[in-house]
Amino acid sequence: MSTTVLEGKNIVRDYHIGGGLFTGPRTVHAVKGVSFKVDKGKTLAIVGESGCGKSTLARIITLIDPATSGDLFIDGNKVDIARNGLTKEMRRKVQIVFQNPYGSLNPRQKIGDVLGEPLLINTDKPAAERRDLAMKMLKKVGLGHEHYNRYPHMFSGGQRQRIAIARALMLNPSLLVLDEPVSALDLSVQAQVLNLLADLQDEFQLTYVFISHDLSVVRYIADDVMVMYFGEAVEYGSRDEVFSDPKHAYTKTLFAATPRADVASIKARLAKKKAA
Amino acid sequence: MPLLEIKNLTVSFDTAAGPFMAVQGIDLSVEPREVLAIVGESGSGKSVSMLAVMGLLPNTATVKADRMAFDGVDLLELSPSERRKIVGKDISMIFQEPVASLNPCFNVGFQIEEVLRFHMGMDRAQRRARAIELMKLVGIADPEERLSSFPHQMSGGQCQRVMIAIAIACNPKLLIADEPTTALDVTIQKQILDLLVSLQAKYGMGLIMITHNMGVVAETADRVIVQYKGRKMEEADVLSLFESPKSNYTRALLSALPENAVGDRLPTVSDMMFEPAPSAAGAAS
Repeated sequence: MSTTVLEGKNIVRDYHIGGGLFTGPRTVHAVKGVSFKVDKGKTLAIVGESGCGKSTLARIITLIDPATSGDLFIDGNKVDIARNGLTKEMRRKVQIVFQNPYGSLNPRQKIGDVLGEPLLINTDKPAAERRDLAMKMLKKVGLGHEHYNRYPHMFSGGQRQRIAIARALMLNPSLLVLDEPVSALDLSVQAQVLNLLADLQDEFQLTYVFISHDLSVVRYIADDVMVMYFGEAVEYGSRDEVFSDPKHAYTKTLFAATPRADVASIKARLAKKKAA
Repeated sequence: MPLLEIKNLTVSFDTAAGPFMAVQGIDLSVEPREVLAIVGESGSGKSVSMLAVMGLLPNTATVKADRMAFDGVDLLELSPSERRKIVGKDISMIFQEPVASLNPCFNVGFQIEEVLRFHMGMDRAQRRARAIELMKLVGIADPEERLSSFPHQMSGGQCQRVMIAIAIACNPKLLIADEPTTALDVTIQKQILDLLVSLQAKYGMGLIMITHNMGVVAETADRVIVQYKGRKMEEADVLSLFESPKSNYTRALLSALPENAVGDRLPTVSDMMFEPAPSAAGAAS
């Protein structure tokens, strides 16, 4: 029997843009009633182009922004940060890894402090214990003790993304939101980070919400897939359902646009070119 | 005769820790009407070698080559002013960040017409007519109106189209595209790649496609060069590269593609890669 870690019912998010001198105020409907459900240890992938509301949804799930309406359940409890605020206990359950590892680490903070800070803010663990936990986490994500006292600029993109993942895991969250975690990385580094995520998911029974526009990555990592288009979930189902039988026209466009790197499609393209 | 012929190109940068070799002895050639893809991860020197061709490297860079000839003319022997007459006209380049590579202070019409004024010496009316024609060619709706738009008023895909319009304004013989679609969504990526390939075929340009995306290579290239840490690992036509890659590195790159995953873990490059030659040390930064 699997337990549901995250459930959203009819999540809506509107942004009100105040009027200027000559323009009236207007409302942007960024997310228009999206529902989803993720079980423990599973991965939900959210796919869509820029501006379709997938990052807004990520911010709502991560409890950064409140939803305008709709219900969000984490571990079966209803969460409403607009009304009740955010408790430290809630913050410990949900963490996020951002897209750009160059922007998400403070350049003036040593890695040890980066990793210790979530504990400092959300728990009352003493300094020695925080240090121990940070050292352990560095090992977990494939870095070493010698990296503890270094600054972010001394690391490559892939290493920084490992640090960002380590920081997200410091509080033992049950849910990790990954906002395009590998789209800024090279192919070979991308493979390492994806493997790391898979290892960590097995070890800690983590639940992932994985946001991406790269369908080949999604196909590799996801259990369920949700395709968003202009704030709506136009397609939602298990990975195999969505990939083998896309129903919505936009999903089909998306699949058609993804470059294929297999020999058969290269042959087809070269033959077409010769004929032209 | 090849359109671009480079023999034994080395580029080194003076750094506080001594010279750093970004490109070490690359040979390459592009025939007219050919699409060549250069693949490699960041730090493999793929952009640097093309910037060396364009003469756009900073002063700290030292470019050496046995031969770097474009259309039979050795670029290294030209004076800077002679070289500027070729670069931007016969060889032109598109960069990765379309929004960052346009000037935010001028409307796009001005930026397209600037090339035409400098290289073609057209008068105002001719320039405007040609700019409208170019905007149509790269698929921007309402070209007359859009000429007076500023870059911030356009989407990333449209900015990249404007960049392509600028690059092909003088009917170049060689177009270098440096990661033209990395900053764009998949659907827009497809449109831009289709546009580049159709323009290449229509005008018979040589096209060099710099990328780290194997999918882009598979969709566009005729011939592929794989680069790693400033060295050439492999050169092959596109089909044989994907069918039977020769070097370990290419094999590693291909197996790191998520769609080629066997089992539930991806093989990574470090699993298969031998350590590179000692002179490449320091490239891991």
